[in-house]
Amino acid sequence: MTAAVANALEARRLPRWAPAATAVAAAALAYIVFALGGVLGGGPVLTVVGAVVFFLAGLALASGIVEGSRAARNRIATALIYSAFTLALLPLVSVVFTLVSKGTARLDAEFFGHSMRNIGPQDNSGGAYHAIIGTLEQVAIATLITVPLGTGGAIYIVEYGRGRLALAIRFFVDVMTGIPSIVAGLFILAFWVLIVSPHLSPDGLPFYSGFAASLALSVLMLPTITRSSEEMLRLVPVALREGAYALGIAKWKTIMRIVLPTALPGIVTGVMLAVARAAGETAPVLLVAGGGAGINFSPFHGLQNSLSIFIYDQAGSASTYAPARAWTAALTLVALVLTLTIAAKLLSRRNKLR
Amino acid sequence: MSQSPIAGPAETAPVTAGLAAPTDLGPTGPLGGGGGLPSRRRFGRESLFRWFTTASGAVVLVVIVAIAIFLIAKAVPALRADKANFLTYKDWFPDDPTNPKFGIAALALGTVEASVLALLLAVPVALGIALCLTHYAHRRVASALGFVIDLLAAVPSIVFGLWGRDYFYKPVQDFSAWLHRYFGWIPLFGSGGPYGKSVLLGSAVLAIMILPIITSLSSEVFRQTPKMNEEAALALGATKWEMIRMAVLPYGRPGLIASVMLGLGRALGETIALALTLGATYTFSIDLIENGGNSIAANIANKFGEASETGRGALIASGLVLFAITMVVNMIARLIVYRRREFIGSAA
Amino acid sequence: MKLQRHGILACLAVTATLALAACGSDNNTSSGGGGGASSGPSSAISCAQGSIKAQGSTAQGNAMTAWTKNYQSACGSATIDYTANGSGAGQQAFIAGTADFAGSDSPLAQADQPKADARCKSGAAIHLPMVVGPIAVVYNVSGVSGLQLKPATIAKIFSGKVTTWNDPAIAADNQGATLPATKILSVHRSDSSGTTDNFAKFLSKTAGTDWTYGNDKTWKAPGGDAEKGSDGVSAAIGKSDGTIGYVEWSFAQSGNLKMAKVGNGAGEYAELTGEAAGKTVASAKTAGTGNDMTLAIDYHTTTPGAYPIVLVTYEIVCEKGTPSSSLPLVKSFLTYTASADGQAAAAKVGYAPLPDEVRTKVASTVASLS
Repeated sequence: MTAAVANALEARRLPRWAPAATAVAAAALAYIVFALGGVLGGGPVLTVVGAVVFFLAGLALASGIVEGSRAARNRIATALIYSAFTLALLPLVSVVFTLVSKGTARLDAEFFGHSMRNIGPQDNSGGAYHAIIGTLEQVAIATLITVPLGTGGAIYIVEYGRGRLALAIRFFVDVMTGIPSIVAGLFILAFWVLIVSPHLSPDGLPFYSGFAASLALSVLMLPTITRSSEEMLRLVPVALREGAYALGIAKWKTIMRIVLPTALPGIVTGVMLAVARAAGETAPVLLVAGGGAGINFSPFHGLQNSLSIFIYDQAGSASTYAPARAWTAALTLVALVLTLTIAAKLLSRRNKLR
Repeated sequence: MSQSPIAGPAETAPVTAGLAAPTDLGPTGPLGGGGGLPSRRRFGRESLFRWFTTASGAVVLVVIVAIAIFLIAKAVPALRADKANFLTYKDWFPDDPTNPKFGIAALALGTVEASVLALLLAVPVALGIALCLTHYAHRRVASALGFVIDLLAAVPSIVFGLWGRDYFYKPVQDFSAWLHRYFGWIPLFGSGGPYGKSVLLGSAVLAIMILPIITSLSSEVFRQTPKMNEEAALALGATKWEMIRMAVLPYGRPGLIASVMLGLGRALGETIALALTLGATYTFSIDLIENGGNSIAANIANKFGEASETGRGALIASGLVLFAITMVVNMIARLIVYRRREFIGSAA
Repeated sequence: MKLQRHGILACLAVTATLALAACGSDNNTSSGGGGGASSGPSSAISCAQGSIKAQGSTAQGNAMTAWTKNYQSACGSATIDYTANGSGAGQQAFIAGTADFAGSDSPLAQADQPKADARCKSGAAIHLPMVVGPIAVVYNVSGVSGLQLKPATIAKIFSGKVTTWNDPAIAADNQGATLPATKILSVHRSDSSGTTDNFAKFLSKTAGTDWTYGNDKTWKAPGGDAEKGSDGVSAAIGKSDGTIGYVEWSFAQSGNLKMAKVGNGAGEYAELTGEAAGKTVASAKTAGTGNDMTLAIDYHTTTPGAYPIVLVTYEIVCEKGTPSSSLPLVKSFLTYTASADGQAAAAKVGYAPLPDEVRTKVASTVASLS
């Protein structure tokens, strides 16, 4: 890192208006080259991209000459980081705009209060109540299963494991993250629905249930929760643990009272990411929960629907009224998951040791 | 073990006198120490807790082994019926009554191609946003940005698939035409044909889907960088970017790699979004804008509904291959992380 | 504290979401302004109780929805759940015992028939044709309507031999029409489908020299645009100029797509109507033995006015051996679907009614299920 200037503290700085001036100059140049000159085809998109590139190049040049190469690199990094933010906004705005503009069509009481029982292909009514109940129940049960298992496993890997078992668990958790959702569904179909459930049903025949869907979702959620919890636990400073041990606190108590609460916001982030994915999964739930049209409050018996199956069904249906239902259900799902995520994050951040 | 920056606890004498020294001090975990003083009650709870966590970890192993057994059991009959070489054949006709032939060559390569491209597109942007969130943006802007990322994470994959197929399709088509016109000499953009669904479209949608995962987890990792390290770098005269390069990134590297691996795992296993945005052909080419592209999971989604027994077995066999791919990729990632862990102060 | 306030708000939001559990109803019998398809066939249905599950073909999805609506409206204590996740999945579910009957576009494969028979413990698994789904050839070319195509021309288009709309082959079928020079973009299914199977079967039987790809649930010809599901094909046709594809009639109707007239064995160009499709099915021969009514469709049919591209969906059910808990409802429901009222209800939502002689035979077979 050779500085072009001898003493950074005494170096000259670019005036405050320099970035703005560079931006204007870059925009003008881009306009001339692309919009008017038609280099590389021209067009508005290319003009904007060209303006950004010229801005970065110009700022780097100006800063390098006046302030030194280190400062130049700093400015470029800052600019790139802010542009990453803008870049992510573009598709997001498009997706959200699509969701909202198409999803408001059926935002009525009928949609949230009724199911699809007895709705024919030419009926404009019907709603997703049964699907909302299904999603809430299935995801809740899956979360109840995977959060203790996932954090427990992560605690084992980080705090207790030293031998081959810990290594094997770490490795296979990673492998599990790549399971296609439909394979998880097939596994639960073969194992739970076809082999176990006949023993649980009164007439000895296999049956679908929302609980089977929860199991399939658990298979998908578990690796994410375990892996992210593992990383968050590792990030807790060693000093905190050592301090606790030095004060004579038992290991399990250290973990429960000190390590976990410190890592909690990160663990909650991982859990909500897994929940978001699970709520949006179609294939495994369709395979084992069946996708019924009526309301079913029991996750343990009978077909259940879910918002993701509902969206998939309606999107692929031939009825003219179906697409509107699909988009409104999608909007509902996003709103639901977002509410849960924000609530969870707000509640968990009160514990931060900052 | 790393150096504890806080002087003190290790050097102070035990607070209460008269208690026997702990008998179990062997390093049972990465942070050493069997814990506190040997009280009978504590040991009971301690062993119970330890047993619970071990069992939780073991559940993962049990589930994985069960899935592997299931996959192999269902795949073997179909593999036996296959008349072509499963690893090198490209087409997919397992339900042909007289001559079932199917192979994963095109599917596996397509899966890797789409996932790697999605990672290349998503990781730089995700890291940039995570740094922005934690180190650059004003607090209010950061919480708004965090909300935006959570919003992206909440969108179900089928919505991304539909949006990609119906709206994102046109810009990508125009972009492909532009790429071919000015950069067609690069083999990646060689196709001049009618542009429909392609690896570029699928990977772009996939990148947008895995962006929130990598961003959220990376920002949590960056948040946990000890303030002391950052302030030390700044005190030594580093610019902000140098501070990040010296203090934040190295500290967070294992966490970063974990989040990238989780994003990659999601990309490899993404079913419905790719089924809607890839061209579903059984050819493999590095041409990104050509009409085509396929992936193992998308193929399962497309073919499962109508598959007969052999067809299902064939699809499950392809799932087994995906398993193997995930294993290899993760092994490589773990190797990279292992080498690095010694240099970082986190608990390893 | 601000956090506390936000936390409480968040909790309230979550509770509100959960409070949704308190209100909601299955009572959807009043369909208001949707033009309820049924005008009370309830008098003709003899109700049974219980709940049954069925899985299978997406091609008959609309018909099943209409039938379950009518049946459940008339018989409140019955529940029929039909999941349209594909003929293959339906067959597998039937064999595994998780479905009481299955809807399938093609008969069980030879290897699977014994397994299905084994499921039926005391009898065989039979195929009952229940739904006639015409396959429409849809197109979107600006300035062109009333397109007419011979099977050979269709084969050439979908196999890539004809590439522009003003090709002599298309012009020969449409004397006097002005066709633009736009490139043809043919759209087919990316997922396995019975519709693809039947469409390809039609092409290979009527235009064997131009269509050399045989028939399979997977589209085999090269080129063209692949879309997932008939809704995908429909969307692709709707949004691009110069496209042509094949979808079930119900999708063509709901997407408002233009349908081509197809040349039949009698030398005419037949328009797709329920009656025209019915004529093709009427000329089909039964290929099954005993109570099994698998049909062999004659795509070359010389019946005047017959629309030749049709798909028949069968209900696969146990001749004997359906579990006694579900038998009454299965019989009662299938009796309704095979009745004149039932077929008329299906005809309103994009299907052709079964020709009378086929229908009466199906009805009597259903009556003999045990």
